[in-house]
Amino acid sequence: MTDLTSATCPIPISDYPHVTLAHGGGGRLTQMLIEKMFVPSFANAALETLHDGAILDAPNARLAFSTDSFVVHPIFFPGGDIGSLAVHGTVNDLAMCGARPLALSSALILEEGLPMQDLWRVVQSMQNAARTVGVPIVTGDTKVVDRGKGDGVFINTTGVGVIPANVHVAPTRAQVGDVILINGAIAEHGIAIMSVREGLEFETALQSDSAPLHDIVARVLDAAGERVHVLRDPTRGGLASTLNEIAASARVGVRLNEAAIPLADAVRGACEILGLDPLYVANEGKFLAIVAREIAEQVLAAMRAHPLGARAAIIGEIVAEHPGKVYLRSRIGGMRVVDMLSGEQLPRIC
Amino acid sequence: MKYIDEYRNEADAQKFIAAIQRVATRPWTIMEICGGQTHTLIKFGIDRMLPERVTLVHGPGCPVCVTPLELIDKAIAIARRPEVIFTSFGDMLRVPGSRDDLLSIKARGGDVRMVYSPLDAVKLAQKNPARQVVFFAVGFETTAPGNAMAVWQAKQLGVQNFSILTSHVLVPPAMEALLGSPNNRVQGFLAAGHVCTVMGYWEYEPIAAKYRVPIVVTGFEPLDLLQGIYMTLQQLEAGRVQVENQYTRAVRREGNLPAQKLIAQVFEVTDRKWRGIGEIPRSGYRLRDEFAAFDAEKRFDVGAVTAQESPLCIAGEILQGLKRPRDCAAFAKQCAPEHPLGAPMVSSEGACAAYYQYSVSSIQYSVESDTEH
Repeated sequence: MTDLTSATCPIPISDYPHVTLAHGGGGRLTQMLIEKMFVPSFANAALETLHDGAILDAPNARLAFSTDSFVVHPIFFPGGDIGSLAVHGTVNDLAMCGARPLALSSALILEEGLPMQDLWRVVQSMQNAARTVGVPIVTGDTKVVDRGKGDGVFINTTGVGVIPANVHVAPTRAQVGDVILINGAIAEHGIAIMSVREGLEFETALQSDSAPLHDIVARVLDAAGERVHVLRDPTRGGLASTLNEIAASARVGVRLNEAAIPLADAVRGACEILGLDPLYVANEGKFLAIVAREIAEQVLAAMRAHPLGARAAIIGEIVAEHPGKVYLRSRIGGMRVVDMLSGEQLPRIC
Repeated sequence: MKYIDEYRNEADAQKFIAAIQRVATRPWTIMEICGGQTHTLIKFGIDRMLPERVTLVHGPGCPVCVTPLELIDKAIAIARRPEVIFTSFGDMLRVPGSRDDLLSIKARGGDVRMVYSPLDAVKLAQKNPARQVVFFAVGFETTAPGNAMAVWQAKQLGVQNFSILTSHVLVPPAMEALLGSPNNRVQGFLAAGHVCTVMGYWEYEPIAAKYRVPIVVTGFEPLDLLQGIYMTLQQLEAGRVQVENQYTRAVRREGNLPAQKLIAQVFEVTDRKWRGIGEIPRSGYRLRDEFAAFDAEKRFDVGAVTAQESPLCIAGEILQGLKRPRDCAAFAKQCAPEHPLGAPMVSSEGACAAYYQYSVSSIQYSVESDTEH
């Protein structure tokens, strides 16, 4: 038997004796946990692709397998709630593997004292979302923790899907010359959540973009097949973190054009006031498609023909220079690096 | 978007760059006071668009960076107390004290909350009468009216469980301290537009005259900064010394008089220690005696905290414009946003954070490509 007490923790204890929120922020500290603790501990080929889900070979099929936990606060927010988000999140992770979702599980961790009416609303919302997507929730689990030990409700969903034979998407497939597309305006989920958080409430008509992406992804794959090289949803950590991950795993450079990145005025205004960079703010209904240049216009047209892609745009390209790095051409024509953040962005003083 | 897009227009930016190329015939060194301006310069790539003979050095205008280490340690001591809800602007939470930062206190169970306005902290105190709500009131003249209003309201409303831990600092005394230093190399200043929105710019006129240095009140958008730089260079090349206002859409010479009146009611000028720079006479605000009941330092008896800075960190020289982040041996090595040695590496207005976030990779890249050739 392995003596666990003799193994050294790979995270420098002097720097991080405790887990901080930044370790879950999707930035550099999350990456550190994944690379130094999880991947070496669980080491296997399916995990090491570091995709949104694992791709598993089964007889006569390739399966996508993905899991995600949802701890959003507040649980009801403009444009959605934790229930619909939990369904969309895992459906989207499967879609980013190029898979058609087959089935979902639902594990609920409830806090003692949660109003039963709230639980009912969340469960109905999960069912509505699952029905709209056309994916059944086929198994589940429920645990209740002491009052004060949870935050109302936490949800984990896990999903499986089938990957069509002609689909081969992976972050490592980004190639020099490829074009980067997004299906619409960024940062809407993060700003909508922030607008209703205690301490930061501000009035906005803005809604979360939480939406299931499997259908629009299917249209993109229909239009371009194997020439779709990478699909990723820029959730936590935003567009910037996702593109940094892709640049690092494919060893290519990413070049973005700031003026081309769609951004709603309400989001832009809120970001300016709070001192946040929308490139790092979470999305829940957006995806990046990195495709061969010759098919880019057709993919753009396919996206725009779908209700979730009306503001789709070409926002950048994959280049041979600066492998592993993301550069952005600013609105006034200057160049700068878009790095990964170490944790969540914090609103500034003035 | 109105008030944004017209100040981020590429064609206009190129015109200003060309005009700057024409007007600058000799090497000049200009300091932008405010860390928000530093971030705009680097975020939009302006630093790489300017001619080499125009050097920008980054000033002390980062409230998080100049807040004394002892005060952060005091904040941490207060935030650890079980009866306390410790509230702060988001920026302050990651700033390293001598051993911890506020986020790590939160991770260990301290009730540390981020607020966007000090008035929200007063509301929080009203909602939690059994708890002590403390607001970390730091900043320059920009945040002083809001902090003054919070204390003033708490007094009017009889909110006794609210207090502030304060270390307000003022721009003009810091400029004088920089200009009076024998090491000074700053030849012109971009004054911080938002500070001047509150205080006006009449205070800068005697400084410009005494030290023979042009000062241009400048906004925060890319075109504001380009125009501010251009106006400063025009003065330098012509040998003129004036206080000029680039940020006319927000700033008047006399400033915001009701805001100034409120500040004067609640605060009085005092000597202040600046992190990395040292004590500057009459360079900050403290609560007036009538409001002493709202002073968290008195309420929680944390008077005797002393602290030691990292010997590797050159934040003081960076805040005085004597060095730039890349001159620091610890930059992007021992010191990075995940393990900062000094405050300029964590604040969204800190110069080191700006260089790290927007350009550190380019340094690594150029090193890599150099070795290839």
